[in-house]
Formats: sequence, C-alpha cells, structure tokens
Amino acid sequence: MGTATLKKTFSHGIHPPEHKAATVESAITPLPFPPGLVIPLSQHTGAPARPIVEPKQEVARGDKIAEAGGFVSVPMHAPAKSTVAKIGLALTPSGAMTPAIFLKVDLESEQEPPPEADSAASNALTPEELVAAVQETGMVGLGGAAFPTHVKMLVPKGKRVDTVVVNGCECEPYLTTDHRVMLEASEDLFTGVRIALRATQAGCAIIGIETNKPDAIKALAKAAESDSRIRVAPVKTKYPQGAEKMLIKALLKREVPSGGLPIDVNAAVFNVATLAQLGRLLPRKQGLIERVVTVTGPGVERPGNYLVPLGTPVQFLLDHAGMKDTARQVILGGPMMGVAIASLEIPVTKGVSGILVLTDKELAQRPTKVYPCIRCGQCIQACPMFLNPSRLGLLSRKEQYAVMEERYHLNDCFECGCCAYVCPSNIPLVQYMRIAKAVNRERKTAK
Amino acid sequence: MTQETPQVELRTSPHLQRPIRTDAIMRNVVYALIPVAAFSIYAFGLSALLLIATSTASCLLTEFLVRRLSKVENTAGDWSAVVTGILFALTLPPGLPLWIAAVGGVICIVLGKLLFGGLGYNPFNPALVGRAFLQAAFTVPMTRWAAAFAPGRFVQAIPSTLALPFMQAPEFDAWSGATPLAMWKFQQTATDMKDVMSAFMGTIEGSAGETSALVILICGAYLAVRKMMDWRIPAGMLGSVFVFSGVFYLINNANPNPLFMLCSGGLMLGAVFMATDMVTSPTTPVGVWIFGVLTGFLTVLIRLYGALPEGVMYAILLGNALTPIINALTQPKIYGAKKAKAKVEQTQ
Repeated sequence: MGTATLKKTFSHGIHPPEHKAATVESAITPLPFPPGLVIPLSQHTGAPARPIVEPKQEVARGDKIAEAGGFVSVPMHAPAKSTVAKIGLALTPSGAMTPAIFLKVDLESEQEPPPEADSAASNALTPEELVAAVQETGMVGLGGAAFPTHVKMLVPKGKRVDTVVVNGCECEPYLTTDHRVMLEASEDLFTGVRIALRATQAGCAIIGIETNKPDAIKALAKAAESDSRIRVAPVKTKYPQGAEKMLIKALLKREVPSGGLPIDVNAAVFNVATLAQLGRLLPRKQGLIERVVTVTGPGVERPGNYLVPLGTPVQFLLDHAGMKDTARQVILGGPMMGVAIASLEIPVTKGVSGILVLTDKELAQRPTKVYPCIRCGQCIQACPMFLNPSRLGLLSRKEQYAVMEERYHLNDCFECGCCAYVCPSNIPLVQYMRIAKAVNRERKTAK
Repeated sequence: MTQETPQVELRTSPHLQRPIRTDAIMRNVVYALIPVAAFSIYAFGLSALLLIATSTASCLLTEFLVRRLSKVENTAGDWSAVVTGILFALTLPPGLPLWIAAVGGVICIVLGKLLFGGLGYNPFNPALVGRAFLQAAFTVPMTRWAAAFAPGRFVQAIPSTLALPFMQAPEFDAWSGATPLAMWKFQQTATDMKDVMSAFMGTIEGSAGETSALVILICGAYLAVRKMMDWRIPAGMLGSVFVFSGVFYLINNANPNPLFMLCSGGLMLGAVFMATDMVTSPTTPVGVWIFGVLTGFLTVLIRLYGALPEGVMYAILLGNALTPIINALTQPKIYGAKKAKAKVEQTQ
C-alpha cells in the first residue's frame, strides 16, 4: 500500500527548532571497541538482570552474561570478547550507583561477529514461544523508555491487538538514529514488524513517520508494497509526535485511557530502531550488544551516527567524536526529555538514543531568571495531554501535591517538556511535576 | 575520571526553550502602544504628551520605590509598570490635571498590583483599577473632554493640564468638546455613518488613547501576529458588542448602530489592550471566548442602560472578577479522560 496523503497528528504540542541537519546525512559507522565496558544490570524498566558470570571469567562476543530477573526484565549479553573484571557498582544517568558487570575488552584478538542460528526456526514458533524468544534477545525499547519489548508483545487474556503502531517519528530535536535506521536497515525493520504482527496476532501495522523525513517515508512506503498488512503513514512534524499516546491518536484516532496502556485501545507501539534490531537479532538467535547513537550538538567536532557497543563509557565515545573545550553540558537522549549527566564515566545503555553536547554559548543563552506566572495560557495550549501546567505549577509551589494528583491529573503528565519550553516566565514546570510525583510516591510507600 | 574532564553543568529537561521571555512580551506591548500614544499626541498635542509621560513616570517610580521599601527583588525593570503607565494615560481625558494622573499612577501600581504580590498575582487590570479610582474620586475632571485637533495644541497645553493640586481647574470652554457617546447619551443625538467613519479614523473627542480604532487595530494585529496577545479576546469582545448592539438597534432605532458602538469610546483600546491582559483574563481556550463575549455583552448593557455613557472599563473589571470562576468551569478535558462526568473543579 502507498502512503496516505493527509498529514495526521494530535492536538497541541510545539515546534522546536529541529537541529537535525548536522547528522541526518551521516551513515551509521561502527565505533571501535573501548578498553573497558560497563554493563549495568538495570538498564531497562523492571527487575534488574541477574549476573551469570564470575570475575576473571572469559566471555565471547554475544555470550549471555546476565539472565532476566523476572518476566518484566531482560538478559544482558557481552558486547565484545572480553574478561569479566568485576561485578560492582557503577554510575548511571540518574546519578545513582547500581550493580553492573565490568568487562575488560580483549583488544588483542579479532572481535568475531556473534554466532548465528538457523533462521528458519523462528517462523514455526507460537506467539508465546515467540515472546520468550524476544525476551532472550534482551530487546528493550530503543527509543528511550527501555521497556522490555517482549512484555509489550504479550497480549494478556481478554485483550487483543488489532494494529501494531511502528514509531518512526523521532520528534526529539537533534536525534537522527531512527531516521538512519529506517534508511539503512529497512529489511531488518520489516522482519521486525512481521515478528511483532505474529507475536501480537494483529492484523495490520502502520509505520508513522514525521514529514520531515521524506526519504524515509518514500523508501519504506515502497518496501511496504510487498506486504499488504504493513503501510506507511506520514504524520505532521510536531513535538511530541513520537510519544506513543500522541502517535496512537494521530494514526488511529483513539485515546489511551488515563492511567491505561496502548493495549486498552487494541494497539501496541514499537520504535523503528527496536523492531529493526529485533528483526536482525531474533532470526539469528543473538542478543542485543550494540545500538545506534546520534552524537551531536555544538560541542562535538565530528557529529554522526555511531554503532556503539553497549557499555561504552560516554567519555570514550566523545573522545572518538571529538569534544570541544567549550563543551559544558552532556545530555543523554534529546534536548526535550534527555538527562544531563554528571560524569562521563556513565556507560551507553540500551535506552540511550543520543548524546547531545552543549557548549558555554548555548548555556549562556538559557535564561536563569524566573518571572512570576503571568497566566498567558501558553502551556495549556501546548500540553499534548490537555493538562493545566500553569495551575499545576502554582499548586506545586504551594506543595499541594495531593490536589495536583486528585484534581489536576498530575499522573497523566509524561514530562515531555512542552509547557516549560513555551513558558515565557521560565518557570521550571516539568521539574515541579517531577517533585510532586516523587513526593506522592514517597507518601504512598510510607503508608 | 581524568583531570581534564571539563566541569559539566547539570540541569533538568527540557534543555531547549523558546526564546521569548515575559519582559520581552511586556516590551513588545510597549512597542505596540507607541503608535497609539503617538496618535494621541497628534490629536491632543502637548497635553497628551505630558499626560502619558507623567502617568508612566508615576507608575515606574511607584513600582521602584515600593519594591525597594519592601526589600524584595526590584521588578521595575520588567516593563509591566511601563505598560500600565501608558495604558492608564490613554484612558484619561487629555486635559486631566497632571497631578491627578500622578496620583492615579500610584493607585494603579499599589492598589492594582503590588498589594496582591506584583505582576502575575493581581486579579484586576491595574490601569483600570487606577481609572476606576479616579472616576470615583475626581468625577468632574474625569468627564471633561478636550476637543481633538485644536489649533495651537503643540505649543500650548490645555489650561487644566497644569492645574495645581486641589485647586479648581480653570474653565476651558475654548478647548472643550464632548465624546460622541456622551452626545448620544445625554443629548440624544442620532448617530450616522459619518460618525462611524470619524470614530474609526480617530478625528473625534475622547480619552487620550480611545480615539482611532484603526490605529489600535493595527497595533493589536502586530501583537497577535507575534503571539504576544490572544486575538480571541478582542475577537470575542468586539463580535459580541456588534451582535448584541445590533439586536438592540433592530429593536429600537434610537439606539446607536452597531458599527458606531464598535468604533466609539474606549472599546477598541479596551478590547485590544486591556481585556487581553494575560494576568487578569482566563487561561483556558474556552474560557477566553466566554470572557470576550461576556465583556462585550456587559459593555453594551452598561452603555445603553447604565448612568454613564461608557461601559468598557466596568465590563472588563467585572470580567476580571469572574476570571477565576471561568477558569475553574472550563478546565480542559484531558487526553484519555474517563467517561464519567468530571466534577466541577475548585479553584485555588
């Protein structure tokens, strides 16, 4: 099927500058292996993985080094032929120290590609067996949320999925990994989409791509012609078009109920990078050991899209891409929802889609003065969830956290940052929401 | 970690921000007011210039001094006091004694704004609070209208302008005029299309800034295009005045025709620059329309049935008072809202 002509979208949202030109033409290039890798056992949503290796043990590339710690959990695989140095605490983007496997990479010998299994096997699997096989690949959402992929593929009893929504929006400014994956790994992507269709028993799949990637829309629409179940739908370039609730609204005109999941409206959403990796790994029975990362921003000398072994310290990656002296802020992810990190020792994990380096210049342009709320209502007209960030912000300042949750739908906020982006008074609205959610969580556990 | 690692800065997302700040919005409102003020000076001469300067200086100085005395962060630099000062002057009769304007400026800032906590916390439009105060305290000078385009207006102030505090203002028959609305109200003069045209172009008597509907509309369009003003409020207010006054006109031809209602008095200035004050108007998309239509309706009611010829000021002040309720009743329906009917939300 061809592309639809109507530009689909959701209501509200913002149009930040895209900043994608620096890396959009950069083909995915493999990064050399660093001397050491750090594999945090909890780099996905859910229970941490359990290590199954001992210090000083030698592991081959692709070997499983940790098993899933439960159903909502995934195993870890060795990204390189290496020796286990230790199992200890490592710094993660949140600033917390969590258990991790430290690997000393064998830089002397050739890094062989992981062994491949016969590809015919996976076609015969039942949906349940397929879900288990997906879990074994260690796949999580590569768009940033890092939610275990197999959990989304398991359709609970009494529910059904009619449409697999494939997220190729990449609405975060600066990032171009999904774009490059769609151009360079479209075959793997379609294999992945078919796996998702089989696992969820859905009848069709729609690949939503923002109109600022016409080459990807064209390429995938052509490739989709061979499979009548899969079609490509251009969606309006608007942030946060790639948020799953927004994309479901744009493509299916359905609203995920408050507090619910896409499955409540018979949909399952997967990122293009996730399905492309899955389409590559599952037929070969391999594990996730590398991912594409956009390294970009004014603080980087050689911005590009790098295929990075998981566990590579950010420092190594930035040394390779060239970090300028003026660099002052390093953000994992995009500028709208990414996390600024305190140390470059932090490793690239499964959920890291980009590394954005900002310099003194950009930081100097960022306002520091906070004005009072002038009730301009811009945030209300930006919030894709139709919340009232202005009121929520005022309540947060008064520490009315319970009221925020009960009357103003605090928990529907997914911290996309639209409100803080448009706020002329520079009020840290997203931060106010985070504080309120954290306090409410704490109070609930205290009870 | 190596020694060479640069000092990294930690901030929370989002790391991008639209580069429009609150002070920039206020500054742009001032830019938009400059042509309106210039037309006022062109029409009323030296007196209008002195009036605008005095009022603005009074507002700025009050904000600066009060903030300083209360030992809090000084906000005189955020341009909001300048907006109030100019707007306030534009609502006043051009020949108003300057000392009264200065007193009014203090009232605007202190009673209208700072008592509530400053910019963002005031329930009523500060300029209109000041004007309402003067209307009550100095009724006679507040209803003396100087003729527009008087000869010699650029070399000589209207005599009452320079009146000393608490002295009887000198009579100024040679300068005086009456606003078209007052003519209609008190002398039952009929209004025709000629009046509409002259009100639209601004060749009539009135407050310093409530004369040329055309100039005000153009300046408002500038702000609306720059997204620094919500166009829906003037659209709602002017539309509602047109519709409701049209209904009254059809019922009784002695009522002014809707076009005259639109272009006369302070309606344009009020709808474009006062009702759109972000702080005191609703924040919700539905609320904004309700506010516009309501203030327009109140304006028509007050003009036709009130004791005063002009109703824009009270209409907007009443609208300001209703803003918290409008906000509470028009909270947006959230994405994925449950089907159950949402409870009416309580405001702070």
